[in-house]
Amino acid sequence: MAISERPLSAQDGQRLDYQAKLTGRAAYLADMKMPGVCEGAVLRSPVAHAWVRYVDASEALKVPGVVAVYTKDDVVQGTGIEPYYGPVFKDQTIVAVDKVRHVGDPVAAVAAETREAAEEAANLIVVEYEDLPPVMDVRDSVKEDAVLVHETVRIPEHGFADLAELKPIENTNVCTHFKLRKGDIEQGFAECAHVFEDTFILPTTQHVALEPHGCVAAFQPDGRVNLWSTTQNPFVVRTQLANIFKMPVSKIRIMVPYLGGGYGSKVYPKIEPLTMALAQKAKRPVRILLSREEVFYTVTKHAAFIRMKTGVKADGTFHAREAEVFLDTGAFAEIGPRVAKKSAYTAAGPYKFKHVKIDAKSVYTNKPPAGAFRGFGVSQSAWASESQTDIIAKALNRDPYELRMQNIYDEGDEFVTGEKLWSIGVKDCLEKVAKEMKWGEPPEAPADPSKVRGKGLAALIKATITPSISCAAIKLNEDGSVNVFTSTVEMGQGSDTAMAAIVADTLGISLDQVSVLGVDTDVVPYDLTTSSSRSTFHMGKALELASLDLCEQLRRFVSEEYEVPFEETRMEGGKVLFRESALDIREVLFNHFGMQGGTLVGRGEVKTSTVDPDTGDKTTSSFWFVGAGGSEVEIDKDTGRLRVLKHATAVDVGRVITPLGCQQQLVGGAITGMGQALFEQMVWDNGILVNPNLVDYVLPALGDMPDEITPIPVEVPHKNGPFGAKGIGETSLIPVAPSIANAVDDAVDVRIKDLPVTAEKIFLGMLDK
Amino acid sequence: MKKAITMEVNGASCQVEVEPWRTLLEVVREELDLTGAKLGCDIQVCGACTLLVDGKPVSACSVLAVDADGHRVTTVEGLADGDRLHPLQEAFMKHGALQCGYCTSGFLLTAKAMLDENPRPDDEQIKSYMGGSFCRCGCYQEIMQAIRSVAQA
Repeated sequence: MAISERPLSAQDGQRLDYQAKLTGRAAYLADMKMPGVCEGAVLRSPVAHAWVRYVDASEALKVPGVVAVYTKDDVVQGTGIEPYYGPVFKDQTIVAVDKVRHVGDPVAAVAAETREAAEEAANLIVVEYEDLPPVMDVRDSVKEDAVLVHETVRIPEHGFADLAELKPIENTNVCTHFKLRKGDIEQGFAECAHVFEDTFILPTTQHVALEPHGCVAAFQPDGRVNLWSTTQNPFVVRTQLANIFKMPVSKIRIMVPYLGGGYGSKVYPKIEPLTMALAQKAKRPVRILLSREEVFYTVTKHAAFIRMKTGVKADGTFHAREAEVFLDTGAFAEIGPRVAKKSAYTAAGPYKFKHVKIDAKSVYTNKPPAGAFRGFGVSQSAWASESQTDIIAKALNRDPYELRMQNIYDEGDEFVTGEKLWSIGVKDCLEKVAKEMKWGEPPEAPADPSKVRGKGLAALIKATITPSISCAAIKLNEDGSVNVFTSTVEMGQGSDTAMAAIVADTLGISLDQVSVLGVDTDVVPYDLTTSSSRSTFHMGKALELASLDLCEQLRRFVSEEYEVPFEETRMEGGKVLFRESALDIREVLFNHFGMQGGTLVGRGEVKTSTVDPDTGDKTTSSFWFVGAGGSEVEIDKDTGRLRVLKHATAVDVGRVITPLGCQQQLVGGAITGMGQALFEQMVWDNGILVNPNLVDYVLPALGDMPDEITPIPVEVPHKNGPFGAKGIGETSLIPVAPSIANAVDDAVDVRIKDLPVTAEKIFLGMLDK
Repeated sequence: MKKAITMEVNGASCQVEVEPWRTLLEVVREELDLTGAKLGCDIQVCGACTLLVDGKPVSACSVLAVDADGHRVTTVEGLADGDRLHPLQEAFMKHGALQCGYCTSGFLLTAKAMLDENPRPDDEQIKSYMGGSFCRCGCYQEIMQAIRSVAQA
């Protein structure tokens, strides 16, 4: 597939946000000043599971500078608010009402003139807890006699369309159980020459966006409220706040400054409900900025326990796959049910199984809530699936690359749901990665004889959120420049630049004529969320349509003005062409309005459905992410110490929109994957999180990087993407961990099945030999 | 009880009255409105709050403002020469060495201190010196390329 010839507006190094970010002048939430703002502090549960018997804030109120204290009394007896909320199930409250369900669960909050006063007062609030035994592991949590995290779970009236069939299983800790079936699994196994069974484990991790969550809420005299928030999906947060506070969404205005990273940690309500509640009670603007420790209590990535059973025919054909995926969603459902569903869709990997039986359970425990994390359930199931693929290859004495190529999806193949797959460049990705990794050649011999090297591969398929909505508007000014109104949140992924480039390319104007407003829900049209790697595909398409809408309006003006048939006009290079003439945008506008002035508005909307509007076929995902990764590792035979020497990542991007942004997403995702593969895990002792800080929770640093990470964009255009583009934000992360574990096994014959892949595990594995 | 301190910040002398417990990061951000340096971990691990004091990188989240009394402080806002970006800023732009930008101030200042000490660091020296800064968007490869390009210029 040839890289597109289309000239791109966004040249290397040109990003709309760089000037501000490089000079320290980009405003993030904590950089903003607000007159009269109170600082908020949150009192959090010190125990993992307990009844809250009473909360006494009388001493806190005596602290000088304290303006308001918010406790469960305010939730229960308060101001006519709806106490229960949550994106899937209504199992969250603004502060704990009956029970605390994890260490760090908010119990009360204080607004004061200074942060010091707020913190001092919060520590003076007396809470009596009656301890309950915590459940800290999904395997314990699903036992019949397990203590219940939630006695009852409330279902919202209007939930997400794609999750409507999922309900909590009463009197258990199973939040949801999603079943995926194809063929007859027992018959499938019976037809196989070989059956493999393995168990894989992933720990809870945290996104550690360098910017902690924060929110400012300021009620206006007329009852409206302005919020500034570090959110990836302001419209979903707005809906949730409207439900809690029983206000029309038009009265809730959410503005989102640049985010200092998101990676999924900033979707759905986080600190917004509490900040707004505190501001309402204090009758003052309130700001809450979370500490690093509090961030660890706010959202995590799902730990997982996965049983995987695979039947393979004598010739290596993958035939039957059974998997049981337990995802630890922590104390609240959050978006866990969707994480489990997405995990299930890809638990059979990018391979053509005839018989599939997947059970994905989202399970409550007494850990902090787990939510979206770059990779969204797929990095969990791919860890199992891609590790087991190599286990199978080794047992059958097959080359892992050849075995994958034998079974991998091709264009038009049938997916586990029965639908056909289109725009699937996974074979191409795997081939290119193998070539880059010099697959088939042994690794170069290390100079140091105590070291040994190995190579590994992994591939993946992932769905994006479907159905979903993106609406966009662009405003054409009298001088031919353009303002873009989009709710896609710039959190580092370069979306402002990509969106502006799509508009500039469609209108045929230069990128410097395009400005992106930033997110303000009172102004920008609705967008579901900046997550699921969906923005370029959905919002990018909406902006392409909005730009085409403008082109059509301009052509219509010319057609009427010069009495030429509309079909004989066209737009090219920022000009309307007709007969032998060419008018630039400014001239067309001047002619239309009769003077220098006026505005044209272009509108675009994208709504995806689980049915393809063109073919009527079932469509689980509006497009599919596919890709492959390869790693070469070097291991010290004496210590087990592991170094990744090289990583190559190939991603089917559909079409490159901004070359730099594309490279950054591919390489950046791989580096996040390396943290997950090699270092990161949250560790509990008796319900207490022992490492909620960046000393004990280890992040990858510059020195941990391989000498080379090679991004390989593969372009298999998608019919519904702008210029054929697909989403690229998550793909490269997913194959990293299994490709490293596969390389470790290749090097030292040690199979690691629980992440992270540490020197200790490798060392102990070598000892067992 | 506030204490008056005098610092030279980005070349200009400035006097502020601060409580003795306030950190240099708080004072620079809140009193001087220089918000380029960020609070990331609060325990001098992540590097987002890095400032230069007398040319040396410090974690401003863990330095008391009163201890900077009489010293020279450089923030990211002081790197460019008017409208002309510092060569490191140019290189970060050219190589795409940032995404969300939250760590960028710390990386730029740390790299400047390194190059002031050692204008020709090799890769191992760069990795070691820059090891106290985290980039969670994963721009390490581009950061390395950017710093190398300035070191070799």
